[in-house]
Amino acid sequence: MKIAVLSDIHGNLEALRACLAHAEREGADMQVFLGDLVGYGADPVACLGLLADHAGKGALLVRGNHDEAALGGLCENMNPTAREAIYWTRKQLRPEDRDFLASLPLTARHGDLCFVHASAVTPGKWEYITSTAQAANCMDAAQATVIFAGHVHHQALYFSAGSGVRAFQPVPGVPIPLIGRRQWLAIAGSAGQPRDGNNAAAYALYDEEARMLTFFRVPYDHMTAARKIIAAGLPERLAWRLQRGE
Amino acid sequence: MESAEHLKPGTEIAGYRVQEKLHEGGMAVLYRVASPTGNEAGLLKVPKLGFGSHPACSAGFDVEQMILGRIAGPHVPQMLARGENDFGPYVVIEQIAGTPLADYARRAPLPAADVARLGAALASALHDLHRQEVVHHDLKPSHAILRSDGQAALIDFGLAFHGHLPDLVEEESDRPLGTPAYLSPEQIAGVRGDPRSDVFSLGAILYLLATGRLPFGEPTSLAGLRRRLYFDPLPPRCIVADLPEWLQEIILHCLEIQVEARYSTAAQVAHDLAHPDQVALTERSRRLRPAGLMVAARRWWLALTAPQRVSKPPTEHLARAPHVLVAVDTGYASEALFQALREAAQRIISSEPDCRVSCVNVLERSVITEQEEGAEILRSLHTQRLVELHHWAQGLGLQQERLRFHVLEGGDVASRLIDYARASHADHIVIGARGSSGLRRFLGSVSSRVAAEAPCSVTVVRA
Repeated sequence: MKIAVLSDIHGNLEALRACLAHAEREGADMQVFLGDLVGYGADPVACLGLLADHAGKGALLVRGNHDEAALGGLCENMNPTAREAIYWTRKQLRPEDRDFLASLPLTARHGDLCFVHASAVTPGKWEYITSTAQAANCMDAAQATVIFAGHVHHQALYFSAGSGVRAFQPVPGVPIPLIGRRQWLAIAGSAGQPRDGNNAAAYALYDEEARMLTFFRVPYDHMTAARKIIAAGLPERLAWRLQRGE
Repeated sequence: MESAEHLKPGTEIAGYRVQEKLHEGGMAVLYRVASPTGNEAGLLKVPKLGFGSHPACSAGFDVEQMILGRIAGPHVPQMLARGENDFGPYVVIEQIAGTPLADYARRAPLPAADVARLGAALASALHDLHRQEVVHHDLKPSHAILRSDGQAALIDFGLAFHGHLPDLVEEESDRPLGTPAYLSPEQIAGVRGDPRSDVFSLGAILYLLATGRLPFGEPTSLAGLRRRLYFDPLPPRCIVADLPEWLQEIILHCLEIQVEARYSTAAQVAHDLAHPDQVALTERSRRLRPAGLMVAARRWWLALTAPQRVSKPPTEHLARAPHVLVAVDTGYASEALFQALREAAQRIISSEPDCRVSCVNVLERSVITEQEEGAEILRSLHTQRLVELHHWAQGLGLQQERLRFHVLEGGDVASRLIDYARASHADHIVIGARGSSGLRRFLGSVSSRVAAEAPCSVTVVRA
């Protein structure tokens, strides 16, 4: 199977569609969505509709901290902009959207792959993986050959080596063979709100048979996504950060 | 279940039949295998996974598998099969037919012409590897094979580095990885990924082939290894008195301690070895003793205070040192086209201090050369064209050592240019379009054929 892994869509319908179309051209026959499906963007309902369709066709989904907050979970520790977006999103969601979000697990597995939004150590604590030490803890907890995570909005690849866990900055479009008897932790990046100065949507594609992992960046109509955010009365900052990718 | 160390002859793996065990090292076992038809020879490599599944045990095996899956061409072995069997992972690699460079090295010192021929083949293979984003990092005579057609192939990629893939090589804390005799100073300092590290190892191989000695011996201690960070090797001409100056120039240029002072690309080494008459001779070529203690002390201090270098991916580095070939048609072109060619070349090389520009002209053989005095006329035409090329290049404002001049001979201008571009690893060709349609109709368009068939980018210039 060729598995497209999208994380942190954050209600950005334009980015979601662009990534799915790109993945289809690349031959993806399965999708996994790593949570934070809503929050920030202006299309939470449309995104959840599209994602529910995919779930019906075998796609795997896990829950993120923004999804939990949109369901009424804790959002007092979020920054004011994020919190405002959550309050707005709560008002948009219909009962069926809430049921769908509430049905999502914190982790999912497929063969020797493990999917989680933040870290597999304690998925509900939403810990960021930004260092090799945190990556090592996540690998230990997941007990899987390849672990996919999101939450931090940057693409990265961690792998176990003799000297411990090491980090690698992937080059978009270059397939990486996941070779050897080691563990790999792929941070898919954010489809709906990239923050590395590049405004193209991010996702990863994993070819199970060939054991090849490719990180992609997909340009999408971020102007439309930004205009919708402003039209919806969401904080303006959320619109311009899409344009600058920050 | 058979163990990886003891596969019996006749065992079949991925369609290949095991013939015999060739080598058993600390990390892997090597078998000769053959395809069922028997006409395709291969090498089966199996890592020894004695310590369970710890990734360090198979790092070299993993690295080679990863790199071989990504490189192609006549200068590297093909990966025929890979997979996992009940005895563990394995890979089947093409067995390259030819003479190991180590066999030549045993007969060293070799005549300068042989050193140049072998060295140029090796440097070409190396540049081809670097262009594919890979640094070998363990270049030595036993890792190169000369094919019967004169081309070199490189083997053993267990320490190699790919600029776009995770580096799975396991560093050891006490000792730098690689073969002590050929290690570059920056490898000893733990820097990976600079293609010029391979250029240094190439220099050590050239030194060995030319003199029969290793430039730094075979140190076993870290202190012994670190000597080359401060001390020069003995100039080759001190060992072989009649070694030509150009060869010493090339060897010592490869063996410069500072990477920036070395050749920028292996292609430049290949080009100089193939055209000794064009090597720009400097003080290096005449040197008869290594630099003294004061210089060594200064280098020691510089090394101590130098900032840690971060290397760029290999192809990014090569892009800063392009080889630009300008086809200057002195026979037909106008002054306006000459100027347009100069401007086009300058735009390409601007801000690339490590570039090289080859000014090339093709002398079309015609009726005159078949007459009695043909040879003499040809010689004088040749000289005239060279003078014209030099005149054209004066307007570029480039230092002499960056410029090369070649008058090629032959009837088919486009083919000669394309062959030359391929042999000299050109990154970009600049060529003028023949202005007059009458001429073009009569002679055919050289530029359009070059643009269509060249191995690199082509800029066609009109005045």
